[in-house]
Amino acid sequence: MRFAVTVFPGSNCDHDCEYVIRDVMGQQVEMVWHKETDLRNPDCVVVPGGFSYGDYLRTGAIARFSPVMKSVADFAAKGGLVIGICNGFQILCEAGLLPGVLIRNKSLQFICKNIYIKVEQTDTPFTNACKPGQVLKIPIAHGEGNYFIDPEGLKKITGNGQVVVRYCDEKGNVTPQANPNGSLDGIAGVCNLRRNVFGLMPHPDRSGEDVLGSHDGQYIWKSILGAKVGAA
Amino acid sequence: MTSSITDVEITPKVVQEHGLKPDEYDRICKILGRKPNITELGLYSVMWSEHCGYKHSRALLKTLPTKGPKVLQGPGENAGIMDIGEGWAVAFKVESHNHPSAIEPYQGAATGVGGILRDIFTMGARPIASLNSLRFGPLADPKVKRLFSGVVRGIADYGNCMGIPTVAGEVVFDESYTENCLVNAMSVGLVRYEHIIKGRASGVGNPVIYIGATTGRDGIHGATFASTEITDESTEKRSAVQVADPFMEKLLMEATLELIHDDLLVGIQDMGAAGLTCSTCEMASRGGAGIEIDVAKVPQREKGMTPYEILLSESQERMLLVAKPDCEQKVHEILAKWDLHAATIGFVTDTGRMVVKENGKVVADVPADSLTEAPVYHPAKSEPDILKKHREFDEAAVPVPSHPQEVLEKLLSDPTLASKRWVYRQYDHMVRSNTLVRPGSDAAVIRVKGTPLGLAMTIDGLGSYCALDPYEGAKTVVAEAARNIACSGAEPIGMTDCLNFGSPEKPEVYYYFDRVIAGLGDACRAFHIPITGGNVSLYNENPSGAIDPTPIVGMIGLFTDVSTAVTQWFKDEGDLIYLLGDIGDSIGGSRYLQVVHGKKTGLCPKLNMEMEHKLHQALKAMADGRLLRSAHDCSDGGFAVALAESCVTGWTHEAKTHGAKVELPGQGRVDGRLFGEAQSRTIISCKPVLGAQIEALAGKFGVPCAKIGQVGGDALLIGGEINAPVARLADLFFTSIEKLMA
Repeated sequence: MRFAVTVFPGSNCDHDCEYVIRDVMGQQVEMVWHKETDLRNPDCVVVPGGFSYGDYLRTGAIARFSPVMKSVADFAAKGGLVIGICNGFQILCEAGLLPGVLIRNKSLQFICKNIYIKVEQTDTPFTNACKPGQVLKIPIAHGEGNYFIDPEGLKKITGNGQVVVRYCDEKGNVTPQANPNGSLDGIAGVCNLRRNVFGLMPHPDRSGEDVLGSHDGQYIWKSILGAKVGAA
Repeated sequence: MTSSITDVEITPKVVQEHGLKPDEYDRICKILGRKPNITELGLYSVMWSEHCGYKHSRALLKTLPTKGPKVLQGPGENAGIMDIGEGWAVAFKVESHNHPSAIEPYQGAATGVGGILRDIFTMGARPIASLNSLRFGPLADPKVKRLFSGVVRGIADYGNCMGIPTVAGEVVFDESYTENCLVNAMSVGLVRYEHIIKGRASGVGNPVIYIGATTGRDGIHGATFASTEITDESTEKRSAVQVADPFMEKLLMEATLELIHDDLLVGIQDMGAAGLTCSTCEMASRGGAGIEIDVAKVPQREKGMTPYEILLSESQERMLLVAKPDCEQKVHEILAKWDLHAATIGFVTDTGRMVVKENGKVVADVPADSLTEAPVYHPAKSEPDILKKHREFDEAAVPVPSHPQEVLEKLLSDPTLASKRWVYRQYDHMVRSNTLVRPGSDAAVIRVKGTPLGLAMTIDGLGSYCALDPYEGAKTVVAEAARNIACSGAEPIGMTDCLNFGSPEKPEVYYYFDRVIAGLGDACRAFHIPITGGNVSLYNENPSGAIDPTPIVGMIGLFTDVSTAVTQWFKDEGDLIYLLGDIGDSIGGSRYLQVVHGKKTGLCPKLNMEMEHKLHQALKAMADGRLLRSAHDCSDGGFAVALAESCVTGWTHEAKTHGAKVELPGQGRVDGRLFGEAQSRTIISCKPVLGAQIEALAGKFGVPCAKIGQVGGDALLIGGEINAPVARLADLFFTSIEKLMA
C-alpha cells in the first residue's frame, strides 16, 4: 500500500510516521513537502504531528493554507483515505475536513503520557481491525487537544457515529478521570460523515512496537491496510 | 551601556562599564599597538568575559582528562563527539542559562535549550534527546513556584516544538539557590562519521554566509551580564535576555543538516553568546585564517543599529557558515526552500585578522586569535572556615527517630526526592519514537534505529556534598552519574560538565572550584571516562552569598545491544532482592539529615573509586548476561528510599507497583542504615533461579553482595523498622510536587 506523509515547516512526527509505515508495517511511503501539490498517487495520506508553522496564530491555522492541503482536500473529496494525528488532526479540523476544534488542554499544560482509548466505531477504514469497545494503549503529547464542538454539532457527530475513539481507563470506562485534556465527552478522535477522513490526538505512530511501551497503534495501521483490500 | 556610537571616547569609566580591568585594557592597547575604538572594546569585552573567555577557569580546566579511544572531538568545538560504532558518533554537551532564567524564567530557559541544540546540530549531528538539571530555592516559596513553573514551561515549549524528546533530568530545591536558580541544559545528537563538521573558516575568498533570524537589539552584552553577580539592578537588565523562537530554530536545524549532508560547507558555527563577534573570531581563529565582514549586509530587525550593536547582539536562532567554493548558489537555494533569511556578509582571508566594515568603511580590525585568547588568571584560594566545622560535626549528637516509617514518608514527599512527574509530563519525551526507557528510571535509554545500538543518558549534581567537601563531592557526582548509567546496563563512555559557582575572585569560592576540578578529574581518570566539553558558569552570587558549588555532570552510556537495557523498578512477585555494596551507617551530608533534622552538615560519604568502578563493571556484566530484572542506584535518601522507589516507579511505565520484604543489613545506627547515603551501592532484583549466577558474578568482580529479601505483597517491609503500604508510598512520591504546584 502507498502512503503519503505531508511535511510542513515545523512537522516533527513526520519521521515517526515514515518509520512505522515503512519499517514496522512494511509499506511504501512518500514524504510530500508542503509546497508541493502532487501527492504521488497514494492510497492513504497521513498528516503528521508537530508544530506546523510553530503553531503561530492558532494550531493548524496556517498549515491549512499550504499548497499541499488543497491536494489533500481534493484527494479526500474523491474518497481517498486521510488520517491526521495530533497536529494533523488540528490541521484537518481547521481545513474543514473534520468537524470541531481543538483548544488548550483544561490543565493549561502540555501533557505527554500513555493513555487508553476505547474504539466506539469499528466500521471505519481506520478501525476495522479493532473489536467493538476495544481498549488501545497509546500515547498523547499535546498542549491543545481539548476537543470542542457546539451542541448541535455534537448531536450530529454522535448520532452519525462519527465519534470513533474516546479516552477511557484501562478497563474501557469512559470517565472524567480518564480524560486527560478536558475534551467534550472524552472525544479523542472523529471521522467525517463519509468516514474516509479521520483525526485523533493520540499517536499510533509512537505505539507500533512493544519496546516503545505499546504496539496498539498497529491496530490503526492494520485497519488502513485492511480497508484497501476491502475497497479493491 | 550608555552609548553605542562609534566615536565614543574610551575613558576608564567606559572600560569599567565593559567589565574590563585596567590591565586588560592595557593588554588590548598592546595587542593593537593603539587604543581600541568603542566597537573593538565591545568585542574584547564579550570575548574576554568569563562566559566566553574562561579566564578564571581555563588553567584548571586544562587538567581534566579529555582523551580516550572513542573521542573524535574533545573540548574546543561547539560540542564533543564520541564514536559509538556502526558508522555512528554521538555529539553531546551541557550548558548553563542561569542568569537569564533568574531574570525571565520562561525565555531564559527556552533560549538555553535553543542554544545547546544549536551546538549539537552545528556539528552536523541531529539532536535526538535533551536533558536538564535545575536548581531552585525551597518550593514552598511562591516566588520559587513562579520560577520553577516558568523554567519548566520554557524548556517544554522549546523542546516540544523542535520535536526533540526531553528524556531525563533532575530538580533540586535548596535554600542556596533561592536567589540564583540554576538552569543547565544538555543535548545529545547522532551523526554519521562523514557528516561531522567543525566551526572553522578556511579557503581564502570562500563566502561567509549569515542565516536564520534577523539581528535585533536583544541580548546585547548577554555574555558580559552572565559574568557578573545578580543584584537588584541586574533584574532591570531585561534587554540582556533574548526571546526564543523554536519554530525558526526548527527550520534552521533542518536547513543546516541539509547543507551539511549535501557537503556544501567548509565550516559552521552558531551565534550564541557574544553573537556575530564570537562566531566570526572563533571560526577564523580555529581555522588559522582571517575573516572580513560588512555589518551593513547583516539582516536587521531594527533600523539604525550601530556596528557595535550588530556585532554584540545575541538575537537567537542565527548561524554563520563558510561555504565551499562555487556552492554559494546551492546554499541559497536550500535556505530559500526553508524560507530562511540568508546573506553573504563577507569572506575568508589569510590575514589572521577579524576585519569589520560598515558599508566598506573599516570599523574594527583586530587579530582574530587575540579575541579567543583571553587572559588566564590564577586567582587566590583559601579554605573556607566552614569546612572545618562540617568535618567536626558530631553525628552521635543527632537523635535517632523512633518512627522510621514517618521519616521515609517525609523523605518521599520531599520535593527534591519526590517524583518529577509534574515536570516531565510537560516535556514530550517520546517524539522520534526512540525512547525505550522514559523519565523515571536511573537513566533514559534511546535506541539508534537501524542498528542494535542504544544510548543511556543521565544528568546529575550534588551541590550539597560539594559544599561540605568539594573534592569528595565532585568525585561522587561522577560516580553517581556513572552508576546511573551502569544500572541501566550500559557502559559509561563520556562526560560533559557544567560548573556552577560563585565569584572566582573570592578566594573561598575559588578554593571550592579548585578542589571540585581535582575531584572530577580524579574520578574520570579512575573510571576511564573522558570529558569532551562543557561550560563554566561563575558569579552565581547575590547579596546574601554564593550558591553551593555545583558541578553538574551529563553522562552518556553505550549499549552495543540495547535489548539488554534494565530499569529500576521491581518486576515480579518472588524475585530475589540483593544489595550490592556495603550498607554503611553514617548520616553525614544526607538529605535525611537536612530534611528531618534541618542540618546541612557533616562529612559527606567517602567514595572508594576502585570499589565504585568494580560495581559498574559487575552491573554491566549482569545486564549483558540478562540476569537482572531491576537495578537501582541507592544514593540520595538512602537504602529505604531506593527500595521504595523500586517498589513504586513501575507506574512511570504503566507497570504494577510491587511490595517487598527485606531485612535491614549492617550494624550501627538504624537511621544511618535506612537513610544514610554511603556510596557504591545498588539494589538489584533477579529471578530466583538466577540468584547463584548473580552471587558468582559479584564475587568475580569483588563487589559485596547480600541477599536481603524478595519482591511481593502490597507493603514495603524493612526489618522490623518499616511496614508501609505501597499504595501510600506511591501516592506520596508521585503527587507531592503536583499538590504544591496545584
